Amino acid sequence: MPNKITFCLTVVFTLSAAVAAIRLRNPVHCALSAALAFAGLAVAFLGLDAEFIAFAQILVYVGAISILSIFAVLLTRGTEVEPTAAVFSRSWITGIAITLGTAAAILVPIFSSSILYKIAPAVASAPVQMIGTELMTHYLLPMEVMGLLLTSALIGAVVIAMSDRPEKKDDSSHPSVTRYPSAESKPATKRDLTTV
Amino acid sequence: MKFNFQGAGIVRGFVETARNFLGSYYDPERLTTVEYPERKLALPENVRTVPFLVYDHDMSGLRCTACKICEQECPAACIKIIKDTVKKSDYLGKSQFQPQVFDIDIAVCMSCGICAEVCPFDSIKMDQVYELATQDRFAPLILHKEQLGKSNAYFHAIHPTDAVETDSLRDEAKRKAETKAAADAAAKAAAAVKPKPEISTTANSQSVGTSATANVEKAVAT
Amino acid sequence: MNSLDQIFVTLKQWLLSYVPTDFQPVGSALLSIVAIIAVFGTAFALTTILERKGLGRIQNRPGPNRVGPCGFLQPMADAVKMLTKEDIVPYAADKVLHYLAPIVLTVPIWLAFAVLPFGRNMSAIELDASIVFFFAVGSASELAVFMAGWSSHNKYSLIGAMRGIAQMISYEVPLVLSTVPVLMLSGTLNLNEIVNAQSGFSFGVGQWNVFTPWGAAGFLLFMIAATAESNRAPFDLPEGESEIIAGFLTEYSGFKYALFFLGEYLGLFAVTGLAVTLFLGGWNAPLAFLNVVPSWLWFFAKFGALIAVFIWARGTVPRLRFDQLLNFAWKFIVPLTLVNIAVAGIWYFSSDHLAYAVRWLICAGIFLGFYELLGRFLSLKRAPRTYRYAE
Repeated sequence: MPNKITFCLTVVFTLSAAVAAIRLRNPVHCALSAALAFAGLAVAFLGLDAEFIAFAQILVYVGAISILSIFAVLLTRGTEVEPTAAVFSRSWITGIAITLGTAAAILVPIFSSSILYKIAPAVASAPVQMIGTELMTHYLLPMEVMGLLLTSALIGAVVIAMSDRPEKKDDSSHPSVTRYPSAESKPATKRDLTTV
Repeated sequence: MKFNFQGAGIVRGFVETARNFLGSYYDPERLTTVEYPERKLALPENVRTVPFLVYDHDMSGLRCTACKICEQECPAACIKIIKDTVKKSDYLGKSQFQPQVFDIDIAVCMSCGICAEVCPFDSIKMDQVYELATQDRFAPLILHKEQLGKSNAYFHAIHPTDAVETDSLRDEAKRKAETKAAADAAAKAAAAVKPKPEISTTANSQSVGTSATANVEKAVAT
Repeated sequence: MNSLDQIFVTLKQWLLSYVPTDFQPVGSALLSIVAIIAVFGTAFALTTILERKGLGRIQNRPGPNRVGPCGFLQPMADAVKMLTKEDIVPYAADKVLHYLAPIVLTVPIWLAFAVLPFGRNMSAIELDASIVFFFAVGSASELAVFMAGWSSHNKYSLIGAMRGIAQMISYEVPLVLSTVPVLMLSGTLNLNEIVNAQSGFSFGVGQWNVFTPWGAAGFLLFMIAATAESNRAPFDLPEGESEIIAGFLTEYSGFKYALFFLGEYLGLFAVTGLAVTLFLGGWNAPLAFLNVVPSWLWFFAKFGALIAVFIWARGTVPRLRFDQLLNFAWKFIVPLTLVNIAVAGIWYFSSDHLAYAVRWLICAGIFLGFYELLGRFLSLKRAPRTYRYAE
């Protein structure tokens, strides 16, 4: 009975945080609500005695992913201006269709899997050692593929960030284009600060 | 002894601070600060905080003549002077006003020292007291004539160079005034041989007074 | 002597015997919470005054010595001052987040103490993956720093928060990676078992991880990353007062400011406790015959020594520039932690083939060689630094 109460509280908490993440106007508030929802999910994992997954959830999602989304929000647009457009898209039929499609894509494999008919073990805890061994033997290929995917994403991000070459500051190297006639009289801008 | 591996500078820094840490317990000479209320450092001569008024001998010998130059020059307008109604004779023997009220609001005073620079009577000088904190923001921070007045000996104690110079100038002025007065008296005595109209004696005494003031001003200017 | 070692455990059981059976789990948790808050709250007060006195001595001045005997009541005076100050919230601030930020910083950090073993049988909760729990609750402080900086609606606060997040994310990587060799060699994520793995004695000296080459290197890397993670000098850029007033703390006053202060010190204490547990043998005695001293005394002795090292470092090293800070993390510390993991692997697999001294020298040589080469490589393009005023 206490477990059910805890579960219900967790569900209410997580769902309301998730709804707030969609409904709130300020993108920073949305990102923080998403972090709350992630934390609620971690509590749900704890209720299932999946300690390691719960802590990993907090470590990765609350600690890293939500910070990442906050960075993205702050770097892309001004958070000072409240958006005037409605939060809900006008093309709500498309939205509902996408939602249903996503839900189906998740639910169909769940309900068609054999895991539903397995009898749950008496002690549900999975020791960390077992998780590690399974990852390194049975699930080695998926893990490697995921690692490769993340690495390529990382390299792609670096490439995108690097493509912004800094424009040349030294105009005196192009004597034909003298946009600043007093360029020669200017003091050298490049100063080696380490040898002051 | 100098090792040059990566990060050697950091290690040397750690050694240095450890030596400071231990050394400050064994060698009090290392301590660069003074524990203030118990020990006070001697102030340099030119330190100035708020103004004070110099008197000779006692309060009745206040040098201030309530000329109000300092009141007008004060950029912060923190000086308030009200002239007394009766005149007193100053050290040159000339009769001058004295201030009935001389207040300085040291909450407003910014210690610029302009009042001391403009004073032609060497009356207002800059003090060196610095423990001026009070419990109340208003009344205790307005210093009256009684609190401001301090002896010439005190002036000598805090600004020896300035005080000696001022005294010599004042002695000079006094000597000049005395010789002038003596010369005037001699001239008067000589004039008294020849009979003259009665009115001239009063005119003479006035000229003595003005010349004495001019002498003092000349002394200040030099 | 065993009774003295277990005095707190016995005390807790004696107190619990007066509690009805149904409420004993709750009572046990409450007692642990009270003990942790009391001990580390006191440690916080003591550390603030000792830090100020220590820093003073490092700078050749006596430090605070006015309030109470030798100034030791200064924390009380500070507390009264903090609590009686006006709590100012900026008009343009995001009121809710501004209010929540100090709470979000402080509360998770208290949780981190739950898994630390303070002595034999003295950890508040027993978890299989306690070190993951420790890092998980520690990661909430980044969110708190961001909330504080963003909600204040002040450009200095925001700059401080962005600096803080970038720094904490960068240094969380080496912080976790430097613990990996310990987890590899002891084969567990449970802090109690990690301490037990270091409980043996060889030649009368404790088998602590710090006495192995990978342990010594990991300990140093962990300490550097921990300094940065707890925003302490020389990595105190988020609140670099000479540049951005007080960083994300700019708009905080009174009790909220005190909470931030408390949270920062608690973060330092937690990560120091973890360093003691992972590398310095936890509550184990350093020499075999010193086992008579109670285990919790050993833990707090090591804890205090490490705090002193942090204060020493604060008094020694000047603050880094921001690009130096990130370069130091990503180009120097992270590669070194990766090399250290490889060294730990070599150490593990050579145990059957080589004598102890030989493999010690080989492993230390590999790490030190890499350290020296990487350092020289990174400083290749730089001219030697000359100082105008020093030396």
